[in-house]
Amino acid sequence: METRRDVFQAIADPTRRAILLLIAAQSMTPNAIAEEFHSSRQAVSKHIQILTECELVKHEKKGREIYYHINANKINEIDKWIEQFKNILETQFNQLDNVLLTLKKQKK
Amino acid sequence: MTNNLLFDFTVDKAAKTVFVTREFDADQSLVWDAFTKAEILDQWVAPKPFVAKTKFMDFKVGGRRFYAMVTPEGQERWSIQKYTSISPKTNFKMFSAFADKDENPELPGSEWDYTFSEKDGPDGHRVTTVSITIYNESLARMERMIEMGFTEGFKMLMNNLENLLASRKESGLSPK
Repeated sequence: METRRDVFQAIADPTRRAILLLIAAQSMTPNAIAEEFHSSRQAVSKHIQILTECELVKHEKKGREIYYHINANKINEIDKWIEQFKNILETQFNQLDNVLLTLKKQKK
Repeated sequence: MTNNLLFDFTVDKAAKTVFVTREFDADQSLVWDAFTKAEILDQWVAPKPFVAKTKFMDFKVGGRRFYAMVTPEGQERWSIQKYTSISPKTNFKMFSAFADKDENPELPGSEWDYTFSEKDGPDGHRVTTVSITIYNESLARMERMIEMGFTEGFKMLMNNLENLLASRKESGLSPK
């Protein structure tokens, strides 16, 4: 199995973020997505491929067309990671509380 | 959290910006010092078991701080910060990036904007509010902030936090 790209690499690109925003509202065919961008169809299809590889989007076949939609579970992974960043800040600040307390005592 | 001091954290993913507000039970000049003096910064910015080590810090506009987070194994992870604006005691802005041991920044970095204000606390103490805006050129870079310094020590870090809170309680500091 080839190594999958991670979600952060995927959302680091502005076009891919725009694609995610587009299909968050409604599922779309690759052609309909490509029409929203100035870049070539191949370029857009490459972006969709990356988003699919890291499972941020899923596709569904309806008749002869393929529709792409957002994978909500994977989006949650980003939120989980943001939560970690929050925890780190929280820890730092709790440490600072103690430092401030020590400094205040020293002043007295 | 057994802490009654405000901690607010919001993320605007589209704008790649994190907004953080935190209150501290100390007056503004002391909190300002804690964010702008190397010897105090080194006491709190590294989540234990990491240790922060500032090699140099020149706190003036255009000045830089070069520091490392040191792992328990002694591995150093360098960062460099450049101060872009300073209004004493009320605001400073800096650009922050990871770096190699020779002070070469690894771009992209992030922009940090700190604002300090003071008010009366409920018990007559002065309380200082620090508002921080963190703009990241890429979310992937934010992910590295976690990866570089912290994930491996994350569990230990949480234990530290518990100990810290416990010691606060013992010293009678926890809110009623």
